[in-house]
Amino acid sequence: MKTKVATFVIMLIFWVVLSGMFDAFHMTLGVICCMLVAHFSHDLLFYGDAKSTWGRGLLGVITYLPWLFYQIILANLEVAYVVLHPRMLDKIDPHVIRFKTKLKRPISKVTFAQSITLTPGTITVSIHDDKFSVYALTRRASDALPGEMEERVARALESGK
Amino acid sequence: MTILSILATILILLGLFFFFAGTVGILRLPDFYTRLHAAGKCDSLAAMLMICGIAIYNLQPFSFAALLISLKLFLVAAFVFIASPTATHAITEAALVLGVKPWKRTEKKRP
Repeated sequence: MKTKVATFVIMLIFWVVLSGMFDAFHMTLGVICCMLVAHFSHDLLFYGDAKSTWGRGLLGVITYLPWLFYQIILANLEVAYVVLHPRMLDKIDPHVIRFKTKLKRPISKVTFAQSITLTPGTITVSIHDDKFSVYALTRRASDALPGEMEERVARALESGK
Repeated sequence: MTILSILATILILLGLFFFFAGTVGILRLPDFYTRLHAAGKCDSLAAMLMICGIAIYNLQPFSFAALLISLKLFLVAAFVFIASPTATHAITEAALVLGVKPWKRTEKKRP
């Protein structure tokens, strides 16, 4: 029931932002649509173990995002430097690295993989259980992994247990 | 020229710079995978910066309708941030499964 109400509220905020019309007809339509969606798919947004801890998870994500943005900007500057360098082919050294993660929850693994892919110079190729394959553009990009980013993801999302 | 216009201009110019770097990367890098680095990711930050710039510019003169449009623009930015790495990851894995050969540094003859 709690998840239904939460899904309904989130859907309604989406509806209001996207429609932008506040007359009775459109609001009624919105409320009916949101109730239908909340009834049929409330277990999609909050599934499994996320039910009890999503509030804390949200807090963790909010504290994690600014650091991620800082890293993305740093990494973007580095890739821009490498790409614009006249002797670019000496600078890059593409290779695949593999490592094991200690993250347990699926949501934190996905967050970690997306963060790796978002920071330029590294792409997550595959995750099998706890083994990550990461394709890196330069040695410097892969040296930083898993390292601090994994720690921060763990602190943001794993502690909610 | 208000302070918001200046901020918006700076953000859009920064976004243009990263788009430029990404495009140069696509043209210069040696193989499929390294090009994906440039294509998939310089773009995510550049798109974010440009959309933020446009959203801020759109806020003046301030009105409720303009605020709604800016919120929609931020939603676009958020979804780009989720979808872009997912697509990059999917394309990379598909290429590896199909057996596209990565460029290796050792293949290059060094004097």
